[in-house]
Amino acid sequence: MLKRVKHWGPGVLLLAPTMILVGIFVYWLIIENFRVSLTNQHTAKPSNKYVGFENYSNLLADPNFQHSLWNLLILTIVFLGGTLIFGFLWAWILEQPAKGEGFFRSVYLFPMSISFIASGVVWRWLLSSLQTTQPGGERTTGLNRLLDSVGLGALQNDWWSDPTWGIAAIAVPAIWQLSGYVMALFLAGFRGIPDELREAARIDGCTEWKLYRHVIFPQLSPVMLSAVIIIGHMSLKLFDLIRAIVPDANTYDVQVPATLMWVKYIGSDYADAAAIGTILLVLVALVVIPYLMYTSRAEKR
Amino acid sequence: MRRRLSLLAGVATLGLTLAACGGGADNTPSDSSNAKDATGKVGVFTWWADGSEKAGLDALVKVFGTDFPNVTFDNLAVAGGAGSQAKSVLAAQLKAGNPPDSFQAHAGAELQDYIDADQLEDLSSFYKDNDLTAQFPKDLVDRLTVDGKIYSVPSNIHRANVVWANVEVLKAANVDPTKPAADLDAWFADMDKIKATGKIPLAVAGSWTQVQLFENILLSSLGTDGYNGLWDGKTDWKGADVTKAITAYEKALTYTNTDRDSLSDWAPATQLVQDGAAAYNVMGDWAEAKFAQDGDKPGVDYVYFPTPGTAGTFDFLADSFTLPKGAPNPAGAKAWLTTIGSAEGQTAFNKVKGSIPANTTAKTDDFSEYQKSAIKDFGQDKIVSSLAHGAAVPVAWLNDLSTAVSKFGGDKNVDGLQTSAAEIAAKFAK
Repeated sequence: MLKRVKHWGPGVLLLAPTMILVGIFVYWLIIENFRVSLTNQHTAKPSNKYVGFENYSNLLADPNFQHSLWNLLILTIVFLGGTLIFGFLWAWILEQPAKGEGFFRSVYLFPMSISFIASGVVWRWLLSSLQTTQPGGERTTGLNRLLDSVGLGALQNDWWSDPTWGIAAIAVPAIWQLSGYVMALFLAGFRGIPDELREAARIDGCTEWKLYRHVIFPQLSPVMLSAVIIIGHMSLKLFDLIRAIVPDANTYDVQVPATLMWVKYIGSDYADAAAIGTILLVLVALVVIPYLMYTSRAEKR
Repeated sequence: MRRRLSLLAGVATLGLTLAACGGGADNTPSDSSNAKDATGKVGVFTWWADGSEKAGLDALVKVFGTDFPNVTFDNLAVAGGAGSQAKSVLAAQLKAGNPPDSFQAHAGAELQDYIDADQLEDLSSFYKDNDLTAQFPKDLVDRLTVDGKIYSVPSNIHRANVVWANVEVLKAANVDPTKPAADLDAWFADMDKIKATGKIPLAVAGSWTQVQLFENILLSSLGTDGYNGLWDGKTDWKGADVTKAITAYEKALTYTNTDRDSLSDWAPATQLVQDGAAAYNVMGDWAEAKFAQDGDKPGVDYVYFPTPGTAGTFDFLADSFTLPKGAPNPAGAKAWLTTIGSAEGQTAFNKVKGSIPANTTAKTDDFSEYQKSAIKDFGQDKIVSSLAHGAAVPVAWLNDLSTAVSKFGGDKNVDGLQTSAAEIAAKFAK
């Protein structure tokens, strides 16, 4: 008996603190959050009547919540597309034997080291919606001013103040910030492909395009999947960048579930806020869990 | 390895201790306490962390120091977000049963949440002891009274239906700054003239200032009774007069700066008027403190008047202080509330903050020209509660309506705003 304790005892002891802390501060709080989402706690007045999944069905039927989900979809598509395209492009360029690779790699990676809040404050100014042709246009700043001064004034637009596509403008700073990270992932992927494979393909008479199409791309697909998962779940959780760029949390045009959750929470609607939190958790889980299963299976192999 | 283990164990113990500290509210009744025997430290929670608000609070603390030399003031101000940051911090503290001795809240419906949650002490006997009911205007006391009980002591009164205008911009457009428009249509006609000169007719900022503009137009369009009826169910949100008001709001938005959503708070919008980029700004009278601070002269650089169509009505909001249940030092809190309610305290505070005293016996001889006019108006006008500042409706209602108004800024769907406003009212009205 004692022997067996000696066998697994130290391991358990070592893990216990983290397990207790994670248990309390992550899993217990998730359960508590879920419990609140089932109550009718819609005001500061304490009320603990269970209403089942009524909050969820009401939310899903609420046009404001549907709008926030739609925004989230646009944001995720643009954010994912942008980071993958730029990340791949930069990695591909740096992968060519050229001078100054280290320098450019750092340049592209640096934006990632800035917090969303800090870059958001700058991007608020860059994405100012005022245009030079509008009344008071002499105050125009940021990208619109830049476009005007290089003679591309016609390209000025409302950025995130556009009622339909405003949320896509929020993806611009996010792409700027995370493309470098995706580039690093792809670069590692490129480096992982042995030169022998390329040489063999070339000897077999592959054109450059065919080489990429049939040799390189298939080997990059695990990297691509990681990038999609990482960027995708960041996009679902994106809150701080929007809060930093858009002064008022209750701005309809760029409302996503995470910001709507905050608005509900500030308004003491704890049940709805908790329900949105749970929906977000499920959305993220839908992205992350299949990935975890895939990697653990791959590791076993 | 061992060191890391002990570190982990230490973190775990710390976590458990913290968790243990969270619970345990002190629920002893505090009615027996008396301001006169107050000692120790009194923690006061506000969102007055900088600018004229901080200066006002400092002035108030000075009076408090002379009134109650045995009590130390502990400033628990939380900065940022025009109070929204502070409110979430406060909500967490109250929920954990760890309230400050006194906290700031807008008088009126915003207090309702705290009252419903049974977090506030009834201050009716405090009012009686200090004879405050007679010193505060009846209109105000009525608005503070919930089911016959009063839960807070107002420190100052602001007016939300004021238009601030740049004299030079008006003159350039041939609009007489001394004769403000009498109603919305005349005002829009003036704005057309201003628009023709290439200036922004009406400056507005992000979501809450748009709600404030919406509230002003509702008040102007529906009149005092119609406006009040929106909150107690006597005015039908689906009615034709509300449609008219929303259409007027839509028209007003066409005169505003297009980058309104990117202006971070009210001050940048007021700044546009100060800079001569815009003609008008509908803003609460805390704008007066900004004009004064920047050295602008009333009548010369800027003029102010009630929002066209609302002359004779005072759209009020007030800050007030409370005594939360379970406050660690209730006697100290009562001492603080005594200073807040006193004539001297109100004079010192409001002179600096730019608002007007709630206590009618406060001395106001050396107040600014604007403040004097506001005091006069408050005495004779009809009083209505502000929507955007939590005086008219509880926070949850305001939040939902703000979302609808913000949505309207993008889609300009009059029918949509009216329908959702009616639905929201039906959801919250009792």
